Amino acid sequence: MTVGLDVRWDEVTVTAAGRPIVERVDLFVAGGSWLSLIGPNGAGKTTLVRALAGTVAYHGTITIDGRDTATGSVRGRAKRLAVVSQHPIIPPGLAVFDYVLLGRTPHQGLRFSASVDDRRRVYAVLQRLDLDSFADRRVESLSGGERQRVVLARALAQDTPVLVLDEPTAFLDVGHQLEVLELIADLRDERSLTVITTMHDLSVAGQFADEVAVMAAGRLVATGRPAEVLTPALIGQHWGVITTVDADEYGAVTVTVQRRRESRMEHIRIAEE
Amino acid sequence: MTKTAVGASPDAGPSGPVPPDEAGLPSATRLGGRWLLAGAAAVAVVALVGVSSGPIGVAPGRVVLELLDRLPFLDFDSGLSAVEIAIVWDLRAPRVVLGLLVGALLAGSGAAYQGVFRNPLADPYLLGIAAGAGLGATLAIVTGLGDGVGFVDAVPLAAFAGALVAVAAAGTLNARRGRTGSPTTLILAGVAVAALLTAIQTYIQQRHQESLRQVYAWILGRLSTSGWDEVLLLVPYAVVCMAVLVAAVGALDVLAVGDEEATSLGLKPRRTRLVVLAAASLGAAAAVAVSGLIGFVGLIIPHGVRMVAGVTHRRVVPLSMLFGGAFLALTDVAARTIQAPAELPIGVITAVIGAPFFLLILRRQEIS
Repeated sequence: MTVGLDVRWDEVTVTAAGRPIVERVDLFVAGGSWLSLIGPNGAGKTTLVRALAGTVAYHGTITIDGRDTATGSVRGRAKRLAVVSQHPIIPPGLAVFDYVLLGRTPHQGLRFSASVDDRRRVYAVLQRLDLDSFADRRVESLSGGERQRVVLARALAQDTPVLVLDEPTAFLDVGHQLEVLELIADLRDERSLTVITTMHDLSVAGQFADEVAVMAAGRLVATGRPAEVLTPALIGQHWGVITTVDADEYGAVTVTVQRRRESRMEHIRIAEE
Repeated sequence: MTKTAVGASPDAGPSGPVPPDEAGLPSATRLGGRWLLAGAAAVAVVALVGVSSGPIGVAPGRVVLELLDRLPFLDFDSGLSAVEIAIVWDLRAPRVVLGLLVGALLAGSGAAYQGVFRNPLADPYLLGIAAGAGLGATLAIVTGLGDGVGFVDAVPLAAFAGALVAVAAAGTLNARRGRTGSPTTLILAGVAVAALLTAIQTYIQQRHQESLRQVYAWILGRLSTSGWDEVLLLVPYAVVCMAVLVAAVGALDVLAVGDEEATSLGLKPRRTRLVVLAAASLGAAAAVAVSGLIGFVGLIIPHGVRMVAGVTHRRVVPLSMLFGGAFLALTDVAARTIQAPAELPIGVITAVIGAPFFLLILRRQEIS
């Protein structure tokens, strides 16, 4: 059984063309917990998780379970960390089963041949996500929600203790958004995963994560439980919108965005009062 | 079949008990014996047709007997005369084998380029690799490196070097800021590189008119003048290229999800791409060096294979080699029989078949 591992960003800075996109971020995610990175467009959320995934150069240190991710092998990191990217590239014509099998890559030899064990694990994941009847279908022939589950299945087949999802619900309608997030929540419980998601949708981010980290202009501006962080004042300050925030007895937070009737500066002032 | 929870029996491993429902598991796409057999059968049939057909007809059955007779411990009387044996063994067989090897290398490296660049329109010619090989070979010939004893060694090596320069230039122009560009920019980069290298080649050619005939002889193709020497020259390049490409099919399938996701799956995309490109360039350059410029084989064969056998490189790469070889050897039969005793340049026939097919692929791409 996989057990979630701690993830820590320590003084992480990412620059592009001389300008910092992510600036001196310190962030800790406890093993087995769910952290949601939220923030307006261009805040640096995706860049921060790309640094963790090793696909962007950075200064500072990122550790998984205390081990520096920059020092180990690419394959070693792939055994500890699975990534669902925001715009996954689906090779045209590829069958669902073959696509999900790609998740077994870090566990395979140099020729990447699938063992019986690989196939058994992939089939178990497909069954768990109700995708087993799609095994022979072409990935691109599926609907958006089904495709998102297939990409998630590939990450789960990787059998890693840490799962990173970059905007997992970006292109889904409200019903399918909830379906995917509830599935991730269930899987997190079943496999004790450490889950890190980036989200731009405030209305659902606070309902799923144990902790939220708010980024703005490349910096971390607030971290904590959703009910502590997601206040109308903070949201007004960084998103420039008026919201009402409801917390339920589980600590889940629902944010409702209201249409702006006054000028932007005006209601930031209102929000701060 | 019982539903297994995710992560159940994760420690069983490959050595663990085989579950009773193992037969019920879906299978991963592999090359498969049937496809391999079909490809091998195509090669065998074309080879027989190739050695049997020509101005002097030889019964294929007798050729088979003659070949069997050459195996140790077997003794057959093929009934072929000494002249017929010489025609089959010394004239036609090397030509057929050369056609099989060159076709396999062009189609196999075409499939590899398409996989590495994730671009269905990549082929050795579009990326300027053939132009690079042409420039390299021309330089070797005009500088005298290609004269005398050194001829068989220097020209393919120079062609190989030229091909590497071309693919590196096209790839660098296309992949800026660590991103792989669109199919269109890749083709445009290849066209620009090819145009530049061809211009340089033409200039050098004009400056060394005494070498013109030799250069043209190389460009127009050597399949028609080949003996076993050319075949033996090509074999080491072919073995290395095919071995690396066939070994890399799994990595190519991982690379198909893009560099970033491939990295998160534990693959080093740049290193993989470099190894595959080096092997494919080696094969393509060696093929072009011994055979001259033969177009479109690297494009039509992999696409044909994808249409019938699916998109995984585990199938596309080896089957492209088999069917590419069979296709080119068969095309060569057409080239030397359509206007017999005159010969058509083999590149003319592949282009006549290839160009319309290429347009068809473009149309399909636009539609989808």
